[in-house]
Amino acid sequence: MEFDFAEEQPKFLMLMYGLIAFVAVVGGLLLLLDVVPAWFARRREAQIVAASASGAPLPRRRKPREGMFALFFLLPTLLLLTIGLVVPAIRTTLLSFMDGSSNEWVGLRNYGWMFSEDSIVRVLINTLVWVLLVPLVATSFGLLYAIMVDKARFESVAKSLIFLPMAISFVGASIIWKFVYAYRGDGQEQIGLLNQIVVSLGGEPKQWLLESPLNTLLLIVIMVWIQAGFAMVVLSAAIKAIPADIVEAARLDGVTPWQMFWQITLPSIRPALIVVVVTLSIATLKVFDIVRTSTNGNYDTSVIANEMYNQAFRYGQNGQGSALAVFLFILVIPIVIYQIRNIRQQREG
Amino acid sequence: MAFARSRQAFAIAGVLGLALSATACGTGNDKKSDSAGGSAECAAYEKYGDNDGKKVTIYSSIRDIEADRLAESWKQFEDCTGIEIDHEGSAEFEAQLGVRVDGGNAPDLAFIPQPGLVKRFVDSGKLKPVGADTKKMAEENYPADWLKYSTVNGQLYGAPLGSNVKSFVWYSPKTFKEKGWTVPTSWDELIKLSDQIAATGAKPWCAGIESGDATGWPATDWIEDVMLRTQTPEVYDQWTSHGIPFNDPKVVEAVDKAGTILKNEKYMNGGYGGVKSIATTAFGEAGLPITTGKCALHRQASFYANQWPKGTKVAEDGDVFAFYFPAIDASKGKPVLGGGEFVAAFNDRPEVQAVQTYLASGEYANSRAKIGDWVSANNKLDLANVTNPIDKLSVQILQDKSTVFRFDGSDLMPATVGAGTFWKGMVDWINGKDTATVLQGIESSWK
Repeated sequence: MEFDFAEEQPKFLMLMYGLIAFVAVVGGLLLLLDVVPAWFARRREAQIVAASASGAPLPRRRKPREGMFALFFLLPTLLLLTIGLVVPAIRTTLLSFMDGSSNEWVGLRNYGWMFSEDSIVRVLINTLVWVLLVPLVATSFGLLYAIMVDKARFESVAKSLIFLPMAISFVGASIIWKFVYAYRGDGQEQIGLLNQIVVSLGGEPKQWLLESPLNTLLLIVIMVWIQAGFAMVVLSAAIKAIPADIVEAARLDGVTPWQMFWQITLPSIRPALIVVVVTLSIATLKVFDIVRTSTNGNYDTSVIANEMYNQAFRYGQNGQGSALAVFLFILVIPIVIYQIRNIRQQREG
Repeated sequence: MAFARSRQAFAIAGVLGLALSATACGTGNDKKSDSAGGSAECAAYEKYGDNDGKKVTIYSSIRDIEADRLAESWKQFEDCTGIEIDHEGSAEFEAQLGVRVDGGNAPDLAFIPQPGLVKRFVDSGKLKPVGADTKKMAEENYPADWLKYSTVNGQLYGAPLGSNVKSFVWYSPKTFKEKGWTVPTSWDELIKLSDQIAATGAKPWCAGIESGDATGWPATDWIEDVMLRTQTPEVYDQWTSHGIPFNDPKVVEAVDKAGTILKNEKYMNGGYGGVKSIATTAFGEAGLPITTGKCALHRQASFYANQWPKGTKVAEDGDVFAFYFPAIDASKGKPVLGGGEFVAAFNDRPEVQAVQTYLASGEYANSRAKIGDWVSANNKLDLANVTNPIDKLSVQILQDKSTVFRFDGSDLMPATVGAGTFWKGMVDWINGKDTATVLQGIESSWK
């Protein structure tokens, strides 16, 4: 197919408009952020100059105006939070007590459906497996790696290697791994890495993504592959932040590497460890892209977020979709509370 | 310090000003709306009234080349009537249409390929019934059967537009000639041919049902096609409208009959592996081994013509072609499974109705058909305007009075079943689950 610039002109024009709009909006915001504080600063400067000239005491900053100023910057955030988060959350909760077309109240029927329908129970179990495995495996992997490469030669190269997948989107990563798991019939040229290895070792090619529960584990590998880098970077930074004198004191006391790990390293990086596990848990609960791209939830691999999308947007079952969303929300709450308490304790301690 | 800041602000303001002035320049070239009303070419469009300068938005799942062809097909209508048609195609059409409608951002018209979805929007009070002109046009040009699918509670909600015929088995005329095989005209002959090919150690059939988030649909077409052949059309209607349960013995029989081909390790899956490879083979690639001789038969709709590699000749004497998926019981007539999209309106402004009426007309059908690769049940469609051989065959079948036409069953069912558990159930079924368990699961999801 030939590419005709003249024919594509409307699209380019559209692109230009988009860019201009972007520049206008972002530029405008930057301008606002720059001009407004500058104006206040200039005013205060002028006040100081005037005050020092007349010999009067320096004018005190008035608190109320600062409050107004803070509100001015908070307002957009509060407004957007209300529109984008609070209202939808309330609406979703209400919808979860209504039927598929959101016309009639059905009480707890959607929640009953969620725990009685075999395929949905399967979805809940899958999500549980994800949430148990991904944070655990990704964190251990990241921690192990961080310790292994710590102060090693080529540390930065080794670190960037494992951090690279972080730069790939979940969808992109899933497509890459789909090729790794790809299947071609026995006797044909294998295009999947995994099957080629199996065939080279004299085995028969397998349809990896077809068999439950193996397929869920293979999808979890994708998530771990993406997230281990994040865990590694945070934990590595924490390890480097352990005061050298503590390590040295421990060495003088003659600890074994094993003792060093359990009694020095691990307690010292505990806050970082918690942050990593909590972040990964929440990310895992929301996992959607990987499942949707790799198997679309077929072959018993679906998870809550994927099923929620299907129910609400594809099958027109708003009630059931909303119930799943609310359930997901409830699952996240304890993790968030735990994290907040942790941060508070750290501040106090 | 204050000075430095203000200079910075000045620079930003400069960029901003530049951007704004550029915007001002950009809006200068409006779309020219030279309505050449009055000329001979435009005479046919005078009946669509005076709607010059109005705009109608259309939302559909049609994209890329097909979308360009659409735009071309109504170009003259736009030029003559002055109505600007703004078409937007989306790969996520089914999911996004609901989001847009619920969000108060409904398009004027949508090409909806599922009667089940039409009904859902009617039930929630979003769709507008067609106007008198459209109704008249639709009744003149389309068989009553077709209009039934977009009729809810006695009201018509849109005429059909494009159609496709699904009861086709693709094969290679070249290979058939070389091996001395003949095109089967009955189910028994079809099985005999399959056995004959299987006896040589080759796999006669190929199939694939992977299709992104729609995975499973090709298998539902299989079941529907067989259902139409083992049962009467009336039973088929009961099945699609839940008049009989989904796990009725009649359905079980049809599914098992389809299974004698689909789940037969001796037959499946040429070029891809065992029966289970059907689940992971992309629908678009499934039939391709026919061109390399790795399989001989592939049951798929007329639109599969677009899937063959560039340079493949689709014709009765070419590299690939399709024959009618034969009936099981000749006394039951010639059942044909098909699909198509319906032009439903979310708004009933006069210009929207004008476009809706025009899309139901014979002029439109012929204008679109001339551009290529298109089939419609519109009886004003002149066979001479249909370019490719498979489309010609499809139009012939659709216009044939002896055809017993039925619409794709999964599209008639509520989305939870038709685009949900039925698709998923078929994936499980191919993957080894037994018929009874699968059908029981689908039945329990239909409320």
